[in-house]
Amino acid sequence: MLPTPDTSHVPYNRVYEPAEDSFLLLDTLSSPSETAFLSSRFCSTSPSSPSPPNFGAPLVLEVGPGSGVVIAFLTAHASTIFGTPHVLTTAIDVSPFACAATNLTVRKAVSEAEAEAEAENPSTSGQWTSAIQGDLVSPLRPGSVDVLVFNPPYVPTPGLPAPPPAPLQELRDKTTFEEDSHLLELTYAGGKDGMETTDRLIDALPGVLSERGVAYILLCAQNKPEDVKGRIRSMGTGTGEGEGWKAETVGTSGKQAGWEKLQIVRVWR
Amino acid sequence: MKVMTLNFLTCAVKNCKSSNDSFPLHPKEAELAKDDIEINPQLLINVLPRIDWAALRTTSTELGFPTLPEQPPSPEDLQSDEALLKELHELLMETQMMEGKLVCGHCGHEYAVKNGVANFLLPSHLV
Ligand SMILES: [Zn+2]
Repeated sequence: MLPTPDTSHVPYNRVYEPAEDSFLLLDTLSSPSETAFLSSRFCSTSPSSPSPPNFGAPLVLEVGPGSGVVIAFLTAHASTIFGTPHVLTTAIDVSPFACAATNLTVRKAVSEAEAEAEAENPSTSGQWTSAIQGDLVSPLRPGSVDVLVFNPPYVPTPGLPAPPPAPLQELRDKTTFEEDSHLLELTYAGGKDGMETTDRLIDALPGVLSERGVAYILLCAQNKPEDVKGRIRSMGTGTGEGEGWKAETVGTSGKQAGWEKLQIVRVWR
Repeated sequence: MKVMTLNFLTCAVKNCKSSNDSFPLHPKEAELAKDDIEINPQLLINVLPRIDWAALRTTSTELGFPTLPEQPPSPEDLQSDEALLKELHELLMETQMMEGKLVCGHCGHEYAVKNGVANFLLPSHLV
């Protein structure tokens, strides 16, 4: 088992604490079937690689990293997960506290992994670039992302919380209880069917993913995962030719009365 | 924020996405820091194909780094040109922008960089 990154420095009163959904992402992305899929897609030294080596190091993005536990895990164990340490990683979150927490979580996880690997194989970790504060993928160039991971605010709620106002966009030591509640609400409140934010992300996928791009999106049962997958499969390719979009469930947890409570959907073309 | 990040960031304003002037963003009043990282030629060779070379040249000049060659080096060039290898390593891997602003050349919007984190959240009138 790959070690789970240390998040003991994260202020859980205003940043989402790693939970069942985060751990399902870790388990799924490090499962033999997903590491085989990712390695064959992104490790140019693999003989079965469908992508010519000149695409270069893939860019791995987590949207809404919160504590940073998932992107730290992907960065620290890049060699195991992607078949190569030559991977660039980044993350985008609306919260300045999540961005700061993520930067620290990744740095800690990488130095731990490097200390563990020692002389034998010194570079098993990917290259962390930095957390960026922003709304979903809006700061990124079109076609720039090769692997996108999203643990969305998926809980159905009557409405969506407002984006953080200017004073909540800056790091500071003291926040009020109301501000902390607002920041936490942003991490889970998903609006109608819990899908309002996830729908915006799905709409942005054709623009932001590269040709070989793949996305992993976490859904809960109330999100109506079968409908979501159907909708993704019917997305246009934009070019009118070539392969369409695929969407398959590649990880599940928490069976309840025959329903999977949470699942990870892989989206690619 | 590693300087390399500037190579995949653009203005968050929707109307700017299609304009060539929105990329790369222009650093302003940039305070840089340098991490000490061991040089890894193979990593650089694998990173280079995904770098927009013209944009990197602009960024390099704007941050006061040496002017990069007009054409991106081939893997062979890079392996035999130690000086260029070192320059690229320093610029892409080691240099961090800690404070300052990133300015869009199309709409003029300035994105603040604080504690090494760039803030791309837009004021409501620009969303
Ligand atoms: Zn702009």
